[in-house]
Amino acid sequence: MAVPLTYYLALSAALFAIGVIGVLIRRNVIVVFMCIELMLNSVNLTLVAFSAFLGDIAGQALVFFVMAVAAAEAAVGLAIVIALYRNKQTVNFDDINILKW
Amino acid sequence: MAYDLVPLAVFLPLAGFLINGLLGRTIKREGLIGAIGSATVGAGFLIGVATLLELLGAPADQRTRIVEVMPWISAGDLSANFAYQVDQLSVVMLLIVTGVGFLIHVYAIGYMHGDPGFWRFFAYLNLFIFAMLNLVMADNFLLLFLGWEGVGLCSYLLIGFWYDRKFEKGTTADAAKKAFIVNRIGDFGFLIGMFLIFSTFGSLRFQAVFAQAAGFEAGAPVLLAITLALFVGATGKSAQIPLFVWLPDAMAGPTPVSALIHAATMVTAGVYMVARCSILYALAPTALMVVAIVGGATALFAATIGLVQNDIKKVLAYSTISQLGYMFLALGVGAFSAGIFHVMTHAFFKALLFLGAGAVIHAMHEEQDIQRMGGLKKHLPITYRTFVLAALAIAGIFPFAGFFSKDEILWRTFSSGHGVLWAMGLVGAFLTAFYMFRLVVLTFEGESRWAQGQHPHEAPSTMTVPLIILAILSVGGGVVGIPPSLGGGNALEHWLEPVFRPALDKLAGGMHEDHVLEYVLMAVSLGVALSGIWLARLWYLRNKEIPGTVAARLPRLYRLLWNKYSVDEAYDMVVVTPLLKGSEKLLWKAVDVGVIDWAVNATGRVVAWFGRAARLLHTGFTATYILVFLFGVVAVIGWLLAQ
Amino acid sequence: MTAEPLLFLFLAAFAVTTAVLMIIQRNPVMSAISLIGNFFCLAALYLMLRAQLLAVLQIAVYAGAIMVLVVFVIMLLNLGDEIKLPVRFGFRRTVGVVLGFGLLLELTYLLLFTPETAEHEMLHADAPLIGTVEAMGTALYSQYLFPLQLTGLLLLAAVVGAVILAKRRLP
Repeated sequence: MAVPLTYYLALSAALFAIGVIGVLIRRNVIVVFMCIELMLNSVNLTLVAFSAFLGDIAGQALVFFVMAVAAAEAAVGLAIVIALYRNKQTVNFDDINILKW
Repeated sequence: MAYDLVPLAVFLPLAGFLINGLLGRTIKREGLIGAIGSATVGAGFLIGVATLLELLGAPADQRTRIVEVMPWISAGDLSANFAYQVDQLSVVMLLIVTGVGFLIHVYAIGYMHGDPGFWRFFAYLNLFIFAMLNLVMADNFLLLFLGWEGVGLCSYLLIGFWYDRKFEKGTTADAAKKAFIVNRIGDFGFLIGMFLIFSTFGSLRFQAVFAQAAGFEAGAPVLLAITLALFVGATGKSAQIPLFVWLPDAMAGPTPVSALIHAATMVTAGVYMVARCSILYALAPTALMVVAIVGGATALFAATIGLVQNDIKKVLAYSTISQLGYMFLALGVGAFSAGIFHVMTHAFFKALLFLGAGAVIHAMHEEQDIQRMGGLKKHLPITYRTFVLAALAIAGIFPFAGFFSKDEILWRTFSSGHGVLWAMGLVGAFLTAFYMFRLVVLTFEGESRWAQGQHPHEAPSTMTVPLIILAILSVGGGVVGIPPSLGGGNALEHWLEPVFRPALDKLAGGMHEDHVLEYVLMAVSLGVALSGIWLARLWYLRNKEIPGTVAARLPRLYRLLWNKYSVDEAYDMVVVTPLLKGSEKLLWKAVDVGVIDWAVNATGRVVAWFGRAARLLHTGFTATYILVFLFGVVAVIGWLLAQ
Repeated sequence: MTAEPLLFLFLAAFAVTTAVLMIIQRNPVMSAISLIGNFFCLAALYLMLRAQLLAVLQIAVYAGAIMVLVVFVIMLLNLGDEIKLPVRFGFRRTVGVVLGFGLLLELTYLLLFTPETAEHEMLHADAPLIGTVEAMGTALYSQYLFPLQLTGLLLLAAVVGAVILAKRRLP
């Protein structure tokens, strides 16, 4: 007996929702950042699952690019965190409201 | 050939305006600024002369040419281009405007010496010439209107040139505004006339309109409406009853302005326009009659006010109004070329009178009250002599220029059967001679009445040379219009005849030639003028108590004249005050504050209220934005599922 | 073949547990370690889906490069401090959790009521073939060549941006 596609999708949905909740309840910017990585990975899982079940390589190729973008995002995002910490002495989400201006 | 240079004559002053207006402050050197200003106008005069010679060489029926410069407005049926109509009439006007204009520019170099606004003054003068040339050279009504408005604007700018100086009850800026607003009333009439022309003839080009108009029956109501509306414009620009009130106040500007704009050129725009539209007026006999009556009434009316004025420029201003009345009288009785002839001679001697007055004012250090002058002929010999020549010309003494033009007008008025108007003109002529020599006597003769410390001196040569040239023209300018009865050829009338031919054909009849009667009338008007001069010398030079006695004997008449028939006050009471009060109480306090401001503020308040509400969403915390975003995602997916 | 569903259930449970642990741990280092565990789970799931290359990359890029970078930054900034902050579970966080669960509910609803088809039951017959390094390499360097080049450019830009953002401002 094989594992049906729905199982993979359900797992993916669960991981995505956890990631969303994590983004909303955590205040450490780096943890928020990790939650976003989790959400990206849940989507990757969906793509790989569809790719395998449909026999289409496009899904896996897209995952490859998502990984590359995630790497780029990680580099720039963490650099921003460092710059922010240097200026504000904090990485607390709740203390950063400079978007108001 | 020379035709093609006509646009250059028009646009050179514009170039002068741009150079002096934009760079004048940096150029600083008065000589250079004055030279640019004068040269651009002088070049226009030379082109005018060349064009005139070329026209003289052409056969009489090939003297009208259109010179296209560039397209201007084209919308549907309406098209108006920068195109100039060169013909006998416009070339005469071109010569008058640029010729007299050039002399006045040169004079202004001396007169405005040392004024901090020297460059500005020349820029405005050049802009004025540009506008005026568009007015007289245009081949369509719209371009004419551009010039018409342009001279109005320049008039405003130049009357208010010394905008911080006191003038009568306010400042010169008030006089400038008065001129502009009164002109606007006339312009409104002109605009209505232009709209009517376009809706009737479907074109604004002179040739197209006039060709179609010739097919209309005389007395057509639409033509009457058009001509009357245009004439309202003419009364505004040419200071006729009832819109003459701005011209006396226009004397607030520097004297060369008074000479150029308010005597020699701009005010003749109305005369030119009516003459240009002669065919339209010929087909509307009622309008022609109105023109004649307004002209005759203005000629007499303004002359009576001129009798008692003490400001040297005011006297001249009223005499200008009066002389313009003669021109309209001529047009009204169908003597179009006589009207243009008087425009020309008047340009010479009135420019001369104003420039002479300017020299006097210059010498007396801005004193303008003739009761505090006197005995100046020793100190200002050139000014005195030229001024007297001009006064003789305007009084209509043989053989000065004014005699021929004025006599022609009176003769044509009489011979076309308008006896009452002729009588009015004759009385006006007597009064003209009287007040002009009152002015001459009080200013230049008798003993001096000015303070001892002053030392009047003759003006510099840039001012006196134009005076002398204008004096020569005032004396000899009449040769182009000597009537056949005096052995002349009346060259100007023959020259202009093709332009007015269609109109004269419509007016056919009435012009009976009777040389004996003409000689009698000539003698009468000459006699009247001489008696006016004699009376003025008697009252103001020999028996100086007479004027006082007369004034005391007729106190009400004197006060009426002294107050200029209280026209200004009446306008204030009937028009200005109700307008101001109505604007303040109704339009400002009720409509503007109560409705418009309220609506505007309410709009602002609503937006501010929404802003306050929307601002709550913008906390600046990224987490809040994500929350709102998530809410949106959940809602949209939920909505899709619910479908 | 009953081992496969069991393996899946084990991995799924492990993945969800590590994910939950990641968001409830108050120490960021512990969160990072949980996430790394999660990534290993996902790599294993990729293998179950016959995606060999992605499984390797998942470990090398995510668990290896990205998470090391994250842990490095946490250490660099000495961020253990969230522990000391008072626990404030305010309105915003409540709403956030509710909405998160709402999203989960909606997705579950969607999965439950989508009609099943035969191809959703079994892996595609080609699945073992397309996940190989060879197949992926062929696709990336032919069909997806242009996006691949662009990705290279993106990474270069990211490197330059990261250096500029993170470097100390010179006086």
